Amino acid sequence: MASANAIELLAQLNSGAITSEELARGYLERAERLGRLNAFVHLDPEVVLSQARALDSKRRAGQPLGALAGLPVAIKDVLCVDGELTTCGSRMLKNFRPPYDATAITRLKAADAVLFGKTNMDEFAMGSSTETSAYGPARNPWNEECIAGGSSGGSAVAVAADCVPLSLGTDTGGSVRQPASLCGVVGLKPTYGRVSRYGLIAYASSLDQIGPFAHNVADAALLLKAVAGHDALDATSVNLPVPDYLASLETPPESLRVGVVPEFLGAGLDPEIESAIREAIKVYEAAGATVKEVALPHSKYGVPAYYLVAPAECSSNLARYDGTIYGHRAEDFRPQYPNEKDIAPLVLMMMASRAEGFGAEVKRRIMLGTFALSAGYADQFYNQALKVRRLIKNDFDAAFGEVDVILSPTSPTPAFRLGEKTSDPLAMYLSDIYTITANLAGIPGLSIPCGLTKSGLPIGLQLLGPAFSEETLLRTARVFEKATDWHTKRPELM
Amino acid sequence: MEYTIIIGLEVHVQLLTESKMFSSCGTEFGLPPNTQTDPVSLGLPGTLPVMNRKAFELALKTAVALGAEIAPFTKWDRKNYYYPDLPKNYQISQYDLPFSRGGSLAIPVQKDGSGGGSCRLTRVHLEEDTGKMLHGAGGFSEVDLNRAGIPLLEIVSEPDLRSAQDAKACLEELRLTLRYLGVSDCEMQEGSLRCDANINLHIPADGKTVATPIVEIKNLNSFRAVERALEYEAKRQYTKWKADGLTIKDAPKETRGWSDPEGITKPQRQKETAADYRYFPEPDLVPVVVDQAWIDRVRASVGELPAQRRERFETEYGLSAYDANVLVEQGQDVADYFDAVAKATGEFKLASNWIQQDVLRTVKEKKLKLAEFPVGPDTLADLINRVKRKELNTNQGREVLAKLIETGEPLDAIIKSGGYGMVADTSVIAQAVEAALAANPKAIEDLKGGKKKPDAVKGFLRGQVMKQTGGKADPALVGELLDAKLAELLA
Repeated sequence: MASANAIELLAQLNSGAITSEELARGYLERAERLGRLNAFVHLDPEVVLSQARALDSKRRAGQPLGALAGLPVAIKDVLCVDGELTTCGSRMLKNFRPPYDATAITRLKAADAVLFGKTNMDEFAMGSSTETSAYGPARNPWNEECIAGGSSGGSAVAVAADCVPLSLGTDTGGSVRQPASLCGVVGLKPTYGRVSRYGLIAYASSLDQIGPFAHNVADAALLLKAVAGHDALDATSVNLPVPDYLASLETPPESLRVGVVPEFLGAGLDPEIESAIREAIKVYEAAGATVKEVALPHSKYGVPAYYLVAPAECSSNLARYDGTIYGHRAEDFRPQYPNEKDIAPLVLMMMASRAEGFGAEVKRRIMLGTFALSAGYADQFYNQALKVRRLIKNDFDAAFGEVDVILSPTSPTPAFRLGEKTSDPLAMYLSDIYTITANLAGIPGLSIPCGLTKSGLPIGLQLLGPAFSEETLLRTARVFEKATDWHTKRPELM
Repeated sequence: MEYTIIIGLEVHVQLLTESKMFSSCGTEFGLPPNTQTDPVSLGLPGTLPVMNRKAFELALKTAVALGAEIAPFTKWDRKNYYYPDLPKNYQISQYDLPFSRGGSLAIPVQKDGSGGGSCRLTRVHLEEDTGKMLHGAGGFSEVDLNRAGIPLLEIVSEPDLRSAQDAKACLEELRLTLRYLGVSDCEMQEGSLRCDANINLHIPADGKTVATPIVEIKNLNSFRAVERALEYEAKRQYTKWKADGLTIKDAPKETRGWSDPEGITKPQRQKETAADYRYFPEPDLVPVVVDQAWIDRVRASVGELPAQRRERFETEYGLSAYDANVLVEQGQDVADYFDAVAKATGEFKLASNWIQQDVLRTVKEKKLKLAEFPVGPDTLADLINRVKRKELNTNQGREVLAKLIETGEPLDAIIKSGGYGMVADTSVIAQAVEAALAANPKAIEDLKGGKKKPDAVKGFLRGQVMKQTGGKADPALVGELLDAKLAELLA
């Protein structure tokens, strides 16, 4: 089990070699043993086992089974599961149990997956290290003094440490791909609109997407297929058929034109990562790919544009957390300062609840976004960022006229040490420098393992493609996977 | 006139849909607080809005009927402010690209000849309604979110109205139009039509015109309140200006609430919000593209509006403006009823009279909807046609109608059991004339002596003849034979 992948496990389940309950027990034991990694924030063994047992009896009864029948899938704690704690890594929602399932969860249930707990994350998905979580940081299984990446750090760790074969995360600026890269697993951010956002607690609505974590490309394809597709409950979900990603996976793409952006291999990039990426380029060349330089001239504005658009949306999305109907409500909301004495008690309650319920990074982004949208500043900041966003999208459109995929590092550095960048938000924000533009342009991207540093930390390779090119991306990634064995490496865990 | 009153209206209309603007949650009025909610209308984390296409269609229909231009591309925006009646602390509304442009409201002509013309619209946009705050006892407020998310049309007019009476009439005409369109029930009491009014005065002074500070009046819960509040406010502003001379340049816009029992406006505390709503495009919704085919479909669904119907009743049926208006302003069901009776009988004036006098009075007295009225238009038309064919005279007809309403029995049965039927036999009526004259020799004397007006005496005698026939005689024939006989006697 310690190095199993989902498709193998599914075969064993289907052949009767193992039961879903046995599988779940094995993973539960391992997750408990590795509790120090802090991958899970809510994991109730009984809830997991009862699902597994139900699946086993369904299988015994010969009833038709879904595509993930009996496979455990861990869920980032930002996705609503009916009746289960869904806390977004925040004190604000520490007791929140939604009365409904996210569409992705509905689909996992329909596919007969076993929901395997909720994973740790940066608070409201704001962060690149899972250090802003109210539950404390997740730890990188390759080096427990290092960050797991974020914001979907718990989901990446859960798979990387073999506590679960599959997990779901969300990616707003790199929050699936970057932790996948740092933890040595596959992570995919689909095209905006490919997976329904209904029940995904919004950080930045125009950027958020749900994506899978897995040990290899085939497993990621399996999980993506299960959750993708149009949803009448999400107006931004796109009504296009979902290809059978697995069926075509072993066939290399007919056209393999790989784009490389020179600036992405330049200043600011860790040298060990640079050489791993250059090795990856050679792997593709050896596989018959045409490698070509492409220009993304506006990419350098990606991080600043993102840090206006995303906070602007978050300032509005998170306004609802005011302690009135649900979520944290301050017990003591007496005026704190002399200038607050004329403020109505209701407003004081909202202020105190938000002051107590949110962490520093969330507050920073709410303030940034409120400012960016304010009268007199919106044109200079928010509206300007929208124009940059359009230019970034145009860059990609032009580049994808010439190449099929763009290859780059996923992260400029391997996992850094816990606490190393917590006091320097700008340094932290640069963790997403290569991933963030895909969210701004709405295009899909994935990260696959492509090396280890001398100190034994994983390195990720990012592939980006045009909108709805997930099938091509997966097939292209599979070409690399077949030629290398990085995806089979596992951290040594006691 | 000492001053000109400048009035603009801001009207909110709830659209008549089964479900809310952005979710499948129901919209029924009057349910216990917070029972008409779902995760979306409660703004729970992770929920997303999806546009109610029916609501959008009703909005388009309204805009077309108000003569507005439909935007080919429209989008949704978030209006951000903190208030407990707003579960997400933002309202999904429309900011810079509303779905319609222009349009106007008709200002009905008043009996005294005032009014008329139209009031231009500044904008019409669609948004979601907020919940309702109930400020209860003990210093606590309660929130009812049943209303939150109901499709709401905001209609803002230019300050084109010049009197409180016009404002009220204009609003009533808007309500009638919206009801004809079937887009809203426009019940002010239930809040499905709400109105705020902006008012100030232009006062001629020293050869110039000065404007008083603008006041927005809220809490107008009836049409009468709109009129009274505006009348009051105009006088208040004039008195105040005479006292302090403050103009629009000296004071910001003020919000005042109308107190109906006291009959005055009072300063109102503003919401705890800054004016900066930080509008930005709603990322959870996609823009709506409206093509010409869609607009054409909506236009075709609009049907005849009240103003057009009044005009047709006057030209096609020869009704007076007054009668046409009474039938139209009762609502589409009454106008349809009249239309059916008029068309089936060709007796327009009679149909109009009977409907106004008998049908509407009964409906009003018994608090019925017209659909519940026991006499359908076919039956009424049948009855009127019998009068027309002289099977009944007019008085008998009205008696039969009264019995139809009272008993709900079939028309034939009532006529038969009541022994109704008009006597049009000349010899029978001639006998009755003889008998009536014989019984009233004094009347003949009066006519001869010229002491009384001949018409009055003749009227009396006609009544006596009718009495002789048990009210069944053909009144026209009675008049004819009586006149002939009298002429003979007086010759």
